[in-house]
Amino acid sequence: MNAIAPDVTFDLATTPLRELNEALHKATAESNARRWRVLNPNGRHAVAVGLAMPLTVEIEGNVGYYCAGMNAEASVIIHGNAGQGVAENMMSGFVHVRGDASQSAGATAHGGMLVVDGNASARCGISMKGVDIVVKGSIGHMSAFMGQSGSLVVLGDAGEALGDSLYEAKLFVRGTVKSLGADCIEKEMRDEHKALLAQKLKAAGLEGAVDVSEFKRYGSARQLYNFHVDNASAY
Amino acid sequence: MCGIVGLFLKDPKLEGELGAMLASMLCVMTDRGPDSAGFAVYGAGGKDSVKLSLRAARGYDFEGLAAGLSGPANGMPALVLHGTHAVVEIPQVREAAVRAFLAERHPEVAVVGTGSRMEIFKEVGLPSSVAQTFGLAQMRGTHGIGHTRMATESAVTTAGAHPFSTGADQCLVHNGSLSNHNALRRQLKREGIAIETENDSEVAAGYLTWRMREGASLGQALEAGLKDLDGFFTFVVGTESGFGVLRDPIACKPAVMAETDQYVAFGSEYRALVDLPGIAKAKVFEPEPATVYFWERAQ
Repeated sequence: MNAIAPDVTFDLATTPLRELNEALHKATAESNARRWRVLNPNGRHAVAVGLAMPLTVEIEGNVGYYCAGMNAEASVIIHGNAGQGVAENMMSGFVHVRGDASQSAGATAHGGMLVVDGNASARCGISMKGVDIVVKGSIGHMSAFMGQSGSLVVLGDAGEALGDSLYEAKLFVRGTVKSLGADCIEKEMRDEHKALLAQKLKAAGLEGAVDVSEFKRYGSARQLYNFHVDNASAY
Repeated sequence: MCGIVGLFLKDPKLEGELGAMLASMLCVMTDRGPDSAGFAVYGAGGKDSVKLSLRAARGYDFEGLAAGLSGPANGMPALVLHGTHAVVEIPQVREAAVRAFLAERHPEVAVVGTGSRMEIFKEVGLPSSVAQTFGLAQMRGTHGIGHTRMATESAVTTAGAHPFSTGADQCLVHNGSLSNHNALRRQLKREGIAIETENDSEVAAGYLTWRMREGASLGQALEAGLKDLDGFFTFVVGTESGFGVLRDPIACKPAVMAETDQYVAFGSEYRALVDLPGIAKAKVFEPEPATVYFWERAQ
């Protein structure tokens, strides 16, 4: 499946998951093993979490919850579906789900990029804090809830209550939006936004694949309580 | 938490393996619910007979009970022993007489469920020991559902274990908690639905039974449940010929499904499905919130 032979292969059918994660955590900037391949993940939770080095980890199959959580610098590619909270609290690096992602993909993530080839279900990018998320399919309800910064790009449709209580995260949806959450509005798509979107699509390997003018932009109307200067004295 | 599983076979060749497949799925869900476990299996059944799944204290003399039932059942009923449970098969026309006899003479025996094909078993303890006690792995059938419970809304008792059955060949497993179950229970009791515990999930089962009694199909009953049931739920329900799945609109509780030419399988987590045949090539998907899914067996 992979053009380049991996340096290390872990078969989780025969090796405990903890050994894989420990080995990944022990990797240093000087380690020779840069490419890792994980077989038979079989829906296990917390596969390849807490990586802190620029390694590449390819996982052959479906994973459970929190895969690549807290990721920093590493590239984690999941050749399958991911359960809840894939790349949750990611700091940097790149996480690519080749199948579908379950709820809360990229939740609270501070940086890096998460790409989902299929659909992501509810609460995609909930409380996102700087991550860039690109979903080639559609996303479920309550996505980008309380999103603070970063971008969420959706080539398909969005479910109910998109961007509820949004702060400064930037949302781009090509398809339909079932409904917008509280204080989330459609905004004008100016050249600078098109440029930003093009840049995110390029980073996700989608340069030229879709026309940026097909997207609509959504953001915060900044009308909720926390945006009013009159309420500042309450703190 | 709680773990739920379900398996609906399309390929009759797998029917001999149903129990083994369901047992494996159930045991993987132990860490979502170690308090109690239960399952319902739809196996063989005669058109004119009905099976009563009975439960009593450990060591209970079910053989003596069966002998006593030969009066109201108009002949010695077929009896299969499963530890604290037993399944007796009686002529359908004698069901009311047998149930009245049990209620009057044997209050120590609980009727867990009835139906032409459904058998139901549940007990406190780890799922692996529950599955083993009842011999789940040896059971055959067309479909089945199972549950591992982490108790929240009512005590850890066998009566509080799932599946709940409130109608012939109908059963339900639930992950979540309902907030309007007290009002609904009163309403359903007024409608004549027998609800025996304080458990919220039994109310959901009773609700679907009521809807179907009033003429709804399983799919229509589930659809109506979206409006009338308040709270968190992922349900898997079984009927004589069908198997359905419903999640609340918020989709609080997890659900994964896998479909192949041979079966449709449900698990709270994908882990529960990994030992199923051909899973690597199955269509694996997350059921959408507030969307009714159901499959019917060809008659």
